[in-house]
Amino acid sequence: MAPRGLDSRTLLTVGALAALGLATLYSAGQTDVPTEIADIWQKQLGWIVLATAAGAVVYRVSPRLLEWATPFVYGLAVVLLILTLLVGTGAGTAAGTRSWLAFGGTRIGQPAELAKLATILMLARHLAGRRRPPQTLVELLPACVIVGVPFLLVGLQPDLGSAIVFLGILFAVLFWVGVPLRLLVLLGSPVISLLLAFSTWSWGIWIVAITLVLLWARPYVVEGLVVWLGNVLMGTIALELWRGLAPYQQNRLLSFLNPEIDPRATGWNIIQSKVAIGSGGLLGKGFLEGTQKALAFLPAQHTDFIFSVLAEELGFLGVVVTLALFAALLLLLMRIAREAMDPFSSVLVFGIAGLLFTHVVENVGMTIGLMPITGIPLPFFSYGGSFLLVSFVAVAMSLRVAREARSPYTGT
Amino acid sequence: MNWFHAHQLARRARLAQGLLWLVGTVLLIAFFRVQVLSSSRYRVRSELNRMRSVPIPAPRGLITDRNGVVLAENEPGYSVGLLAPSVDSLRASIKRIAPLLRLSARDAEDAERAFRRTPYRPAPLRRDASFDLVSALEERRVVMPGLVIQAEPRRRYPFGSLAAHVVGYVAEITEQELGAGTVSGARPGLLVGRDGLEREYDDRLRGKDGERFLEVDALGRSVREAEMGQRLEPEQGESIRTTIDIDLQRYVAESFPEGMRGAVMVMDPATGEMLALYSSPAYDPNTFIGGVDPEVWSRLSQAADFPLLNRAIQARYPPASPWKLVVAAMAMHRGLVDLGSHMPIPCRGGLQYYNRYFRCWKLQGHGDLTLAEAIQYSCDVYFYQLGLKLQLNHLLADASHLGLRDRSGIDLPNEIRPLFPASTEYYNQRYGPRGWTNAVTLNLAIGQGENSQTLANMVAFYTMLANPDGRAPAPHLVVAGDPPTRSLGLSPVQLAGLREALVEVVESGTAVGARVAELRIGGKTGTAQNAHGADHGWFIAFAPADSPRVVVGAVVEFAEHGSRIAPMVNRIIARHLLGPTLPPLTAADYQVVLPDDSAPEPVPILPDTIGRIIRDGSPRPR
Repeated sequence: MAPRGLDSRTLLTVGALAALGLATLYSAGQTDVPTEIADIWQKQLGWIVLATAAGAVVYRVSPRLLEWATPFVYGLAVVLLILTLLVGTGAGTAAGTRSWLAFGGTRIGQPAELAKLATILMLARHLAGRRRPPQTLVELLPACVIVGVPFLLVGLQPDLGSAIVFLGILFAVLFWVGVPLRLLVLLGSPVISLLLAFSTWSWGIWIVAITLVLLWARPYVVEGLVVWLGNVLMGTIALELWRGLAPYQQNRLLSFLNPEIDPRATGWNIIQSKVAIGSGGLLGKGFLEGTQKALAFLPAQHTDFIFSVLAEELGFLGVVVTLALFAALLLLLMRIAREAMDPFSSVLVFGIAGLLFTHVVENVGMTIGLMPITGIPLPFFSYGGSFLLVSFVAVAMSLRVAREARSPYTGT
Repeated sequence: MNWFHAHQLARRARLAQGLLWLVGTVLLIAFFRVQVLSSSRYRVRSELNRMRSVPIPAPRGLITDRNGVVLAENEPGYSVGLLAPSVDSLRASIKRIAPLLRLSARDAEDAERAFRRTPYRPAPLRRDASFDLVSALEERRVVMPGLVIQAEPRRRYPFGSLAAHVVGYVAEITEQELGAGTVSGARPGLLVGRDGLEREYDDRLRGKDGERFLEVDALGRSVREAEMGQRLEPEQGESIRTTIDIDLQRYVAESFPEGMRGAVMVMDPATGEMLALYSSPAYDPNTFIGGVDPEVWSRLSQAADFPLLNRAIQARYPPASPWKLVVAAMAMHRGLVDLGSHMPIPCRGGLQYYNRYFRCWKLQGHGDLTLAEAIQYSCDVYFYQLGLKLQLNHLLADASHLGLRDRSGIDLPNEIRPLFPASTEYYNQRYGPRGWTNAVTLNLAIGQGENSQTLANMVAFYTMLANPDGRAPAPHLVVAGDPPTRSLGLSPVQLAGLREALVEVVESGTAVGARVAELRIGGKTGTAQNAHGADHGWFIAFAPADSPRVVVGAVVEFAEHGSRIAPMVNRIIARHLLGPTLPPLTAADYQVVLPDDSAPEPVPILPDTIGRIIRDGSPRPR
C-alpha cells in the first residue's frame, strides 16, 4: 500500500543504493583473518531499519512544520557541536579527534552529521524568505555566518572532511537561489588563494587574475577590497595555517599530491586503494572475492574506502552502475527541487542534493586519488549510524517535498 | 527578478546537471584508466601484495671419495624466518620471539639487514633450529604472525677434520657478496662454499633453490600456502666424486706426527689424481655449520698455527735438497752431464768461489762423486759446480719452463705461486745491477736462496721424474686438467737412472732409515733452513721405483731434517701399495737422526778461514 504521491523512483534508487551498500559492507567484513568488522553489516542493517523508521516519521512532517522547527534544530546542532568540542571523543580511524558525543561511555552519534542537515534547513529558511537573491557580498554575509558557525566548530574537532562538506552545501545553495556566478567565484577565491599559496608563482598569477576580475566585475569598492585583501591574507597565512594542521592532515594532503612519497606510511592508503580498484579490472574479481580486501590491504574498508571494495569485486562495471545510481538520485532530487511548491522546500532539497554530491565526489574521488583523503562517508555505503540516519531523513524530507508538489491539496 | 521562478530554476537545474555530468565523466574516466587501461599493472601489484615467495633451499650435492664414501652430506635441519610488512613490525616480532630462539642483538641486526634487502622474503633468524625448538614455535604460531619454518638441509662432514682441507666448508653468503651479485641465485641465508672443494665446485654443488608461495595479509600474517600449483621444487646440486681415498687419507692423518705442522700429498703419477691430501693442523668443518660462532672463528683464524691454512698449496718452503733433482734434470736435459759425470773439484767439505767459501753439509767431504752418487749423498759441492756449469740464466729459464714458477693447478681455491726469479733482472732490481754476483747460482743450485716452493709444486716435479715420459699430469681432486705440456725432456733411460739414484737415497743415502723391505722406494729428503726456528723437513718419494704408481710428498715444519719424516712417507707408500697389513720398516720410525744435509751459510774467505774450518770444524762466527 504505497502512500499516494510517493516518488517511487527516488525511493527505489535509494533502496538500490542501500542494498548495494549493505552487500558491499558485508563483503568488506569477510577477511581471511577475521576482525571485528566481520559482523558489522548486521549493525548497519539495524541502523537501516531505524533510519527507515525515522524517515517514515519525517515523511509525515510537512515542510511548514519543518520550516518552523528549523531554528530549534539548528540551535540544537550548534549546541551539540560545542558540547562535542568540550566532551567529545574520537573513534575508529580518527581516534585522535573529538567528533563523537558520548554519554556514560556510550557513543551516541556524530553531531557534525546532524549539523549538515540543520545547516541546509537554516540556509533554506534564511534564503527562502528573500525575494531577490543576494547581489552583493554584504548580502551574502548572513548565509556565510549560518554555514560558518558549524564549519568552524567542525573544523576545530578537527574534521577537515566534514568542514569541506559545509562549503559544498553553501555553494550549492547559493547557486540554487541565483547568486551570480562571479560573486561565487569571488567568495571562493580566498580558498583557492589558500591552496595556491604553496607555490609563489601560481599564487602570483592567481592574484593578478583576481585583480582583473574585480576590475571587470566592478563590485562595490569595499567588497572588492575585502575580497582582494582576503586573497592576500590567505596567501600570507597559508604557511601558518599549514603548521597549525595536525600531522595526519598534513600527511593526507601531501600524499594526495604524491602518494609515492612514502608508500608505507602516508601514501599507503591511496596506493592500496588504487591497487584494489585497478586489479578489479572491467568485471571485477567477483563478489566476496577481493584479495586486497580479504587480506586487509585496504584501510578503513568498511567506512572511508568501501568504494574500493566495490570497485575491486565488481570492477568497472560495478563502478559505472553505482555512479549511475548516485547520478540518478541526484538528478531526481534536482527535479524535486525544481518542481517544489515553495522556495524553502526547493532550497532544502537542492541543499540535500549538494550534500550528497559533495560526499560522493569527495569519497569516490579520494579512493582513486583525485581528492585528498578526508575520511568522509559514502552515502548509503559506509558503515556509520549518524550519517545513515541523516541521509535517510534527508531523503524522506525530499520525498515529502515531492509529494507536496504532486498532490498539493492533500498536504497536512 | 524572483529567483524562485520556474524558468530560472530550470536554467540553473540545467547548469547543475551539466556540472554533475562533467564530474561524473571525470570520475568515470579516472576509473576507466585505472580499471581498464592499467588494470594488468595493478593486478600484478595486487598479486605481489599477497604473494610472498619463500625459497626452498636446494640440498647441495654430495662429495664422496673415490670409492663412494660420503665426505660431505646433508642432514635434515630447520630454518626459522620471519615475514613482516615493515621494519618496525619485524623488530617487534623479533623482540617477542628472541627469548625463545635465544637471539642476540647481532642476530636481530642481521635479520633486519636481510629484511631491508629483500622485504618480501622471510628474514632468516635461525638456520639450525632443533626439532624441539620447531615444535615449541609451532605451538605459538598463532601469536607469532609471519613465522616461516621450513625444512632446510644442513651440511654435515662425517669425517670432520680428517679431510677438512680437501672438502672445505660452507657458510652463509655475506652482505658484500649479496651486494656484488657475483653469486648466481644469491639470497640471504644462501650457503656458499668457503674453502676446499666446496668452494672450488660451488656452482656445481649448489643446486637450484625451489620456490613456494605464501599468501599473506597486510600485516604479514601468512594466511595459507598459495594454491595455483606454483610450487617449484628445488633441484639438488650435482654430486662430486673426488679422487681421495678416505682410508688412505685417514692413514695419512694418523701417521702424521702428532702436534706438528705440515702437509702430505699422495698422488697417482700416471693420472695426477690426488689420493690423499692432508694438512696439519686441521679444523673441523662442522663447526661452521649454522653460522660461525664469532669466538670459534677468531680462534681458528688467529691461532698461531693457522689451522685454516692448507699447507700443501698455501705455504711456501725453501725446497732444499729435493731441488737438486731439478738442477740435475736440467743439466742432463741440456746434455751437460749424465749420471756418471764427475765434477772438476771433488768434495772436500766445501768450495771456494771468489772470496767466499761455500760449504757442504758434510764437513769431512764426500770425495769425488758421480752425479748419481751426488744425488744419493746430497753432496752440495757437486751441485755448486753443476749449477755454475748450467749457468744462472739457464737455471732460471728452465725452472720457468718446468712450471716451478706457476701454481700446480690443482683444483682447490687459493693456491699460491712459488717464488722463484724469472730472470737475472730480479737480482738487478733487488740488489742493483752491481750489487750481486754469480754466487747466487750456487745457492739456487742446492735449493736455497731466492726460491721457495709449495709442496704441490715439488710433488708435481717429482711426478715428472716418476713418469716414463717425463711429463706430469696436473694434480687434481675431481676434474683432470689439460693434458701435460711440460716435460723434463729426458730419455726413459736417463729418467730410470735418476730414479735409481733416488732409490739409492732410501737404500743407503740420506733417508736410509726409511727403507721398507719389500718395496723399492725412491725419494729425496731435504732440510729447509728456517730463520725462525728449527728447520723444515722435506721428503718426496715414489714407488715402486721401476714404474712408480704413487708419489708422496711431505713437508713438516720444524722437523729439523727430512729424514725424520721419511719413514712416515714410506709407511704411507707401503700402506697404499701393499695394503693395510704393514710390512715392518727396517728401522724404527722416528729414532733415526741423520746429519743435516742442508749446506751451512757460505763464509767470507779471510786469510785463516780454511785453516779454522779444518781445525775447528766451524767457521768463526761472524
